[in-house]
Amino acid sequence: MRQHMYTQHFGRKTRTLANTQLYCEQQRRFRAKSNVTDRSFYFEIRYRKWHPRRASECGCCVELRWKFVFSKSPELRAMSGHTVPADFSEHMLDLDEDEDLEVFTKNTSLPDGSPMPNSPSSMVNQYRLEDDDEGQEVANTKDIFVTVDHPESQVTAIETFVLYRVVTRTTRSDFDSSEYEVRRRYQDFVWLRSKLEEKHPTLIVHPLPEKFVMKGMVERFNDDFIETRRRALHRFLNKISEHPILSYSQHFQVFLTAQDLAPHRKQGPGFLSRMGETVRAVANSVRGLKSRPEEFAVMQEYVDDFSNKMCCMDKVTQRIVKEQREYVDELKQYSPTYARWGELEEDLTEPLKGMASCVVQCSKEAEEHIQHLSEVLVPALHEYVLCAETLKAVMRRRDNIQAEFEAKNEALLTRKVEQEALQEEVDVLADRMEQANNSLKGDWLRWQRSMKTDLRSAFISAAEKNVEYYEKCLAVWESFLVSQRADSSGGQEDVA
Amino acid sequence: MININITERKVMADDGREESLGTDDDSDQTGADGSLNNTMVEEGSTLMRRMEICVAEAEKRSGKNAVSMQETYTVYLIETRPMDAVAEGRNPAPDCLWRRYSEFELLRNYLIVTYPYIVVPPLPEKRAEFVWHKLSADNMDPDFVERRRVGLENFLLRVASHPVLSNDKILYYFLTEEHGWKEAVYETGFQAKADSRLRALSATFRVRNPDKCFMEMKHYSDELQSHTSQLLRARARVADRLYGVYKVHGNYGRVFSEWSAIEKEMGDGLQSAGHHMDAYAASIDDILEEEEHYADQLKEYLFYAEALRAVCRKHELTQFELEMASQDLISKKQQREELATGIVRTFSLKGMTNKLFGQEAPEQREARLKLLEDLIAEGEETVKEKTIERAEHVEKAWVDMQRFKEQKDKDLREALINYAVMQISMCKKGIQVWSNAKECFLKM
Repeated sequence: MRQHMYTQHFGRKTRTLANTQLYCEQQRRFRAKSNVTDRSFYFEIRYRKWHPRRASECGCCVELRWKFVFSKSPELRAMSGHTVPADFSEHMLDLDEDEDLEVFTKNTSLPDGSPMPNSPSSMVNQYRLEDDDEGQEVANTKDIFVTVDHPESQVTAIETFVLYRVVTRTTRSDFDSSEYEVRRRYQDFVWLRSKLEEKHPTLIVHPLPEKFVMKGMVERFNDDFIETRRRALHRFLNKISEHPILSYSQHFQVFLTAQDLAPHRKQGPGFLSRMGETVRAVANSVRGLKSRPEEFAVMQEYVDDFSNKMCCMDKVTQRIVKEQREYVDELKQYSPTYARWGELEEDLTEPLKGMASCVVQCSKEAEEHIQHLSEVLVPALHEYVLCAETLKAVMRRRDNIQAEFEAKNEALLTRKVEQEALQEEVDVLADRMEQANNSLKGDWLRWQRSMKTDLRSAFISAAEKNVEYYEKCLAVWESFLVSQRADSSGGQEDVA
Repeated sequence: MININITERKVMADDGREESLGTDDDSDQTGADGSLNNTMVEEGSTLMRRMEICVAEAEKRSGKNAVSMQETYTVYLIETRPMDAVAEGRNPAPDCLWRRYSEFELLRNYLIVTYPYIVVPPLPEKRAEFVWHKLSADNMDPDFVERRRVGLENFLLRVASHPVLSNDKILYYFLTEEHGWKEAVYETGFQAKADSRLRALSATFRVRNPDKCFMEMKHYSDELQSHTSQLLRARARVADRLYGVYKVHGNYGRVFSEWSAIEKEMGDGLQSAGHHMDAYAASIDDILEEEEHYADQLKEYLFYAEALRAVCRKHELTQFELEMASQDLISKKQQREELATGIVRTFSLKGMTNKLFGQEAPEQREARLKLLEDLIAEGEETVKEKTIERAEHVEKAWVDMQRFKEQKDKDLREALINYAVMQISMCKKGIQVWSNAKECFLKM
């Protein structure tokens, strides 16, 4: 498909294509050859010149641009990706001299002391998507820690809302200081997320907790609700900070550092532009996509199924919590019946009171169990229900981007006038589509891994808690049994 | 010494499995080694020692009942074998006969009337009570029928091992004579001897000096009934809820299984975890089935409370009748005195009419006096009888109530221990399942 697109657009521009292809070939060789083992070295490549009409990068270069890496060295600065494709038509890239590629670094020496070369050959391993320990990688090299805590109600003349304290500790050089403490409200988080989504429409941005809770409590300032939300917001910011691209977002930095967010919130495309986007999106969806690339069709199917399953899991878990609660309520009615009977009896008083106490203890364990479920498994599953919705939105946006391109492309083919202008537009859209697809592909694997880790750990925790619950109840009944068998007169055979 | 062989062959079982129930439920009244910890039994030989009894089967029958309507009912097979034959190693075919529930009831009513100083063992419930939603209240339900079979066997074993009741002839015929038993029971005329409800009730209210111990016992039986029924109700609700918790986990099994189809890496782990969830959900059926046996043990004592109260009421009745008889005697003696001396101590119609219309003739007075003397003599006899009756009842009842108390303490203690054992087993199963599930998740 790629081939087709290029011949279509750049049929005459063989030189550009050749150069582009050559460059890509070189890149591939670099990657194959690179043998640096210290994976802490990563550089972002930033292309200096940009001519939208001319060569468009092939997919691997786009990949290259979108990959970026973290550095253990605090002096190394990595910036968030700017979509600046290079124009290679003027240059035949040389392995050793590469003016177009600028490696940004303040640290001119490698950790082992040798000077840091500035050539592409020194470009170390790119961000490999298929890495297994990438998650490990991030964790080990995590250089930013964010916490959300201390929710406080704020009362103003107009409204009441909750402010959360957001504390950041970081060693990154693009932060002026290493510690920040700011206060943010839920709206601020919403702003941050919308900005991130705007900038990176096909990246999977972790969802926020819901604005309202449909059933159950309506009270916004209920302690449980606030605590649940706080936890979710904490997770949100941590997910963002772990994301290789999003955590370098300007907006993210501002969010974490600016004492007053208000001036920043006013900038940028506003409501109207979002409206325009939505209108275009709707128009495009009405047209329908010509055909979705295979991998995205598979992805869409998965997303739909996953969403269903998550909703089911969420419902089942909520139901279990409900049934457990009712069970505990009945247990609380049950134990006094033994106690009251015990008061009536003489010789049986002791075993009956023992029974009452056992039931009471078991009900306490059950309550703890419910607590744990509500704190661990329920939120985890609910989060992924929301994630599924996010995925659907991402898929839609990707589809829209493709649709827009296809629309313009069709216009280009059918109309005879304004070929040049249309061509430019088509180029832009093609480029955009390519980027979108690749971002999504890259982020998709990352997201899947993260999903597996999160849900796996939630399930393991739930299973462990169940085992713990039964073990504790077992101990309660066993001690009762021991006390009874010790008391009872001889001749009592082992009934078990 | 006593060989209690309880085998169960379910007529209605689908899978044809043979279960040996063992002696868990029914040996408690006699002890695993057969010895009754009751000194009274040493001399007498209870029926239990002479024969082996069991209620082996239950079967549905149709027939015409008393009002000539077609009805379906269940009959139970009673098998008996002489003990010495078993001891000698011979294994003769047991004698068997079929009885239905109403015949058991008849037997019990007979025993209650004939031995009013004995706390007569209760029958299993006629209709299913304390059901939680999964248990059906249908009397024809196989589980209910099975539990009733066990209950009836338990009843027979208790009666047959009772030092007093086991010697009863009617009981013996019940176990051995299929036909002609009913006639024999009716011939005893026990129905006539039964105390009318009204009489008993009025005695309860009007008795003046009932024995303190009996009153305490009566109060105890009321409390026992109240507490056990509360406990059984609460237990049924807990069982209902627990059932719900386990069964909802079955949904996990389904969702995991469906979800595993769309996952690549997680698929296997989810699939096997789903199996464990299904197993978990299925395990509750057996757990609660077992718990029903515990509930049955408690129910027996719920019904025993009724029997205990009946003995107390009988005491009230005998006491009341004695008081009445004494009262009657006193008043007759007073009348005699008045008639003899002519002094009217108390106001009476006779006195009034005498004053108004003059006294009666001496002959009439003589006749009346004579009558009174006869009545007094009768009354004194009655008082003697009633005194003896009351004293006997008190003495015998007291003995049996002691025996009952010991039996109850032992049985209930064992029941509670059984419950703890069941809980332990349930916890172990839970640990097993969730550990397995955790393994599956770890492998994901």
